[in-house]
Amino acid sequence: MKFSLEWLKYFLETDASVADIAAALNRIGHEVEGIEDPAQTLAGFRVAEVLTAGPHPDADKLQVLTVDTGDGDPLQVVCGAPNARAGMKGVLGLPGAVVPANGMELRKSAIRGVESNGMMCSVRELELGEEHDGIIELPGEAIVGTSFADYSQASPVIDVAITPNRPDCMGVYGIARDLAAAGIGTFKPIDVPAIAGEGPCPVEIRVDDAQGCPAFFGRVVRGVSNGASPDWMQRRLKAAGQRPISAIVDITNYLMLAFGRPAHAYDLAKLNGPVVARRAQDGETIEALNEKTYTLDETMTVIADDNGVHDIAGIMGGEHSGVTESTTDVLLEIAYFDPERVGVTGRKLGLASDARTRFERGVDPEFLDQGLAILTELILRICGGTASEVVRAGEPPVEPEAIAFDPGLTLRLGGIEVAEGEQRRILEALDFRVGSDWQVDCPPRRHDIEGAADLVEEVVRIHGLDRVESVALPRAEGVAQPTATPLQQRERKLRRAAAARGLNEAITWSFLPAAQAEHFGEGAELWALDNPISEDMKVMRPSLIPGLLSAAGRNADRGADGSRLFEIGRRYFCGKDGASDEKPTLGIVLAGEKSARSWASGKAATFDAFDAKSEAVALLEAAGAPVANLMVMDGAGDQFHPGQSATLRLGPKNVLARFGALHPRTLKAFDVDGPVVAVEIFLDAIPEKKKGGSFARPAYAPPALQAITRDFAFLVPADLAANDLVKAVRGADKKAIVDARVFDVFAGQGVPEGKKSVAVEVVLQPGEKSFTDEEIKAISDRIIASAGKQGAELRG
Amino acid sequence: MTDLSTIKNDALQRVEETRDAVRLEAVRVEYLGKQGSISSLMKTLGKMTPEQRQTEAPKIQELRANVADAIAARKAELEEAELEQRLASETLDLTLPAPRPPEGSVHPVSQVMDELAEIFADLGFSVATGPEIEDDWHNFTALNMAETHPARAMHDTFYFPQKSANETLDNAPNARMLLRTHTSPVQIRALKERGAPIRIIAPGRVYRSDSDATHTPMFHQVEGLVIDRDIHLGHLKWTLETFLKAFFERDDIVLRLRPSYFPFTEPSVEVDVGWQDVDGRRVLGGNGDAPGHGWMELLGSGMVNARVIAFAGLDPDEWQGFAFGVGVDRLAMLKYGMDDLRAFFDGDQRWLDHYGFSPFDQPTLSAGVGAPA
Repeated sequence: MKFSLEWLKYFLETDASVADIAAALNRIGHEVEGIEDPAQTLAGFRVAEVLTAGPHPDADKLQVLTVDTGDGDPLQVVCGAPNARAGMKGVLGLPGAVVPANGMELRKSAIRGVESNGMMCSVRELELGEEHDGIIELPGEAIVGTSFADYSQASPVIDVAITPNRPDCMGVYGIARDLAAAGIGTFKPIDVPAIAGEGPCPVEIRVDDAQGCPAFFGRVVRGVSNGASPDWMQRRLKAAGQRPISAIVDITNYLMLAFGRPAHAYDLAKLNGPVVARRAQDGETIEALNEKTYTLDETMTVIADDNGVHDIAGIMGGEHSGVTESTTDVLLEIAYFDPERVGVTGRKLGLASDARTRFERGVDPEFLDQGLAILTELILRICGGTASEVVRAGEPPVEPEAIAFDPGLTLRLGGIEVAEGEQRRILEALDFRVGSDWQVDCPPRRHDIEGAADLVEEVVRIHGLDRVESVALPRAEGVAQPTATPLQQRERKLRRAAAARGLNEAITWSFLPAAQAEHFGEGAELWALDNPISEDMKVMRPSLIPGLLSAAGRNADRGADGSRLFEIGRRYFCGKDGASDEKPTLGIVLAGEKSARSWASGKAATFDAFDAKSEAVALLEAAGAPVANLMVMDGAGDQFHPGQSATLRLGPKNVLARFGALHPRTLKAFDVDGPVVAVEIFLDAIPEKKKGGSFARPAYAPPALQAITRDFAFLVPADLAANDLVKAVRGADKKAIVDARVFDVFAGQGVPEGKKSVAVEVVLQPGEKSFTDEEIKAISDRIIASAGKQGAELRG
Repeated sequence: MTDLSTIKNDALQRVEETRDAVRLEAVRVEYLGKQGSISSLMKTLGKMTPEQRQTEAPKIQELRANVADAIAARKAELEEAELEQRLASETLDLTLPAPRPPEGSVHPVSQVMDELAEIFADLGFSVATGPEIEDDWHNFTALNMAETHPARAMHDTFYFPQKSANETLDNAPNARMLLRTHTSPVQIRALKERGAPIRIIAPGRVYRSDSDATHTPMFHQVEGLVIDRDIHLGHLKWTLETFLKAFFERDDIVLRLRPSYFPFTEPSVEVDVGWQDVDGRRVLGGNGDAPGHGWMELLGSGMVNARVIAFAGLDPDEWQGFAFGVGVDRLAMLKYGMDDLRAFFDGDQRWLDHYGFSPFDQPTLSAGVGAPA
């Protein structure tokens, strides 16, 4: 909230500068968001008198003025305002002054060939209002040469962010009390006027919804004249960012901004019958003061009469019964509305207001009579009229809170030693009553005080949080113990392994457009947001591929040759009992050029499914998966090319990864040119290594004898998986054969229809003795026999 | 019999004139081969008298040695010349680019999270995690933000629909699922799971329904929590100072603590850090009150509210401690100089190449956790 220094000083006796006050506000928890100091913003603007005004020789719409600035010779100023004339007083900006409205620095210049030594200003240029039809006209008694900041009595304005726990500081009065406690001046408590009123209140006031409106006090003032509010009030309201409307409206706003106490005034002539705080009926409507119509329901509290609803309780009054300039009789309302009810109603209606902000945080339940008295006194003083007696329905919920405080807690929790006398002084300055036994009675306006820790906060905050000294956390002895969980270790290792393999880590949104999520969700129940920020961010991702694929698409659109992106993050599914099932996953998308065209290798190359397999296997190994035992099976999913994708499984059920070329339909849906290959590794499917494993590895000595290799070329059925052949070969002699790898696959000329040629290099490791020719022959025969069971025959 | 010196002169001249290895070999065969002229001379020695042999043998042997040496020397010369020639023909233009394997990178957010894990591990903190799709109870209620708490309005929360019609706000207010708005629910989960004393950090994704130049609907936070018997605000201040000094690798980090309000802490502390202008860039360090310096809001913290400790199943009379939360993306930006948060989540290859980290920039305490530019 914003308030002027002048207003603050009405409640606080102080000589402190704006800067000191701002620093103190920051220190005690009221964060200063800005200071507007008119002495600075209006520096260089002063009251001046136009002595002569004559036509500009070269411009019809301009005049050349001579202006008395109060010192030295009169200045020549070129002016375009139609109302500029000899004898008038206005505001002159001198060279060097900065125009508040546009930040332009004024300079001595020539305008159409005529020297101009400043600018006569409009209301809008000085940000005093919207008028821009002419220059400001000041009354004749304005003293020429006075700085305009002084003349206008403009006071510095401080903008503070009041935290939601401190509704008592949503008025200048409460801020003054806090500042006084912090040593910035002396708090000036108000004298609440006693206004008994004449005759009973002519309007019946009733509470039918005591839960939503525990207390409703009111009185009528007859014979008011609702003109403009006085200048001093308008200045304070404007400084607070509140537009003056009419005296009575301004006075209620004044009460709210000064004391954090919203109130409402009804035009009595518009009311009919008893005025009642009740629940709204379903479907009842009200046109509020913001000229919008709201449809209410039965959970909402309203103020209504026989004709209908006049006020959404604690949030906003109605247009129909609002006061106008012709209002002569008013009903004043000051009520206590239930904070929760106000908050829920406001949220349901999507209606924010200054009153709601205060009511939903909790106003002072002890300030109804005082508030009404202050309100009445201001109206009588400014608008005249006669007040009735006060009528009261219900009682505000004043809940005395007493805390048995131990001043030693300030050190134990706050970490700072504050003398008991000082603690007592602080609490008392904040209106707490502190007994000799440290029984502390809290002012009912302090809804935020719930226990001893809150009192520690009050003491530390006022004493000075910045005076708390650092104290080292006790350290465990020795060097730090490892703390990362197996999954954390796996993720960290994988991340750097992937980057070391030339992949760039990206972070993409956790949410996807619904269509993408469904395409990758494969029918699983997914999490769809109720209130997404846009339809493109609606459903929690069931796969990391869509986000990476979209990023690769954007890169291609920007002219990138290729993208090698990976991400380690979660996939989100609906788990048991409505909980979330979040699966840690590594995703990879390889798109565009695998290698650029080059002088050495010729044409650019694209990625293929084996690039995806290579990443999948290498990273699974980095993650600690037993890659030698993996089975390559199909079932990568509809998003992949049916003939160029696969899953890697540990046993038939446990899918550790899927990889391959993406389906052209997927690419089309994402508007990305192919081929694009992708990998997803399911980190939670990889078995964890046994805990407490030793650092020592199994014993090993390199064999003394050199391994030998033998090549076998087989003709096999065209649809035989290469891996099946390799497994058969390796199985022929599990001891001697330490490796077998395919080094050539060929079909076509010279190979019969329905067959392919697969060549395998077999590595044989002798043990203690070298193999004899007979032994090698025997092993070869077993290899050929074993391969034969897969339909393979040795090529001649 | 031909004069030995004539043979010698002829032979040496022939060797000298030879231009390639093949001809040189022919010359060698001509003189030193089995049928060669010098070899023939050697054979004549057998038919000589011992006296003749004594005078002739050394001459012939010297002749043979001279010619053999000359051939060997010439051979070496020819080979050298041939090698020179071959090498000259093999010259490469080494200004041509060499093939380079693609360079991968680690995202700044991950890098910073690893740095934080390293720094806090040294202070005895372990890393805790929790679900990003949370229930209302863990995200709000257990953190002392009841259903109608006005502070909830400060969190622009993403909600999921109620699962079934009868599961309304009235009968299951805590069951409503949402995207966690902060990492603080991990406090509750970790305390419930592990109890006290505890020291954890909890980094991760968080979500707010907010999108503009400086806000993205998804971002990263790290939560810190210490619960023990005698922990107070002084420990909080020291921990934050120590962590920031280690993270920015500067001894001149100055903090300004301001009272603030968070429902889950009491007292609550907003922490500003002093910065200075270095070549037009805000660099953390120095007292913010010094001329040309300033303060920036960096993080929220405080002593964990007794209600939160009770919600987490511990006795608030026995246990107390502090918690803090700070934006990981923000820390990354301040340390490594990125200025646009939205670029973090775009996957732009150029941005990743520029701001990403080498996989070998693994943060370690001994080498300094930061990766120099």
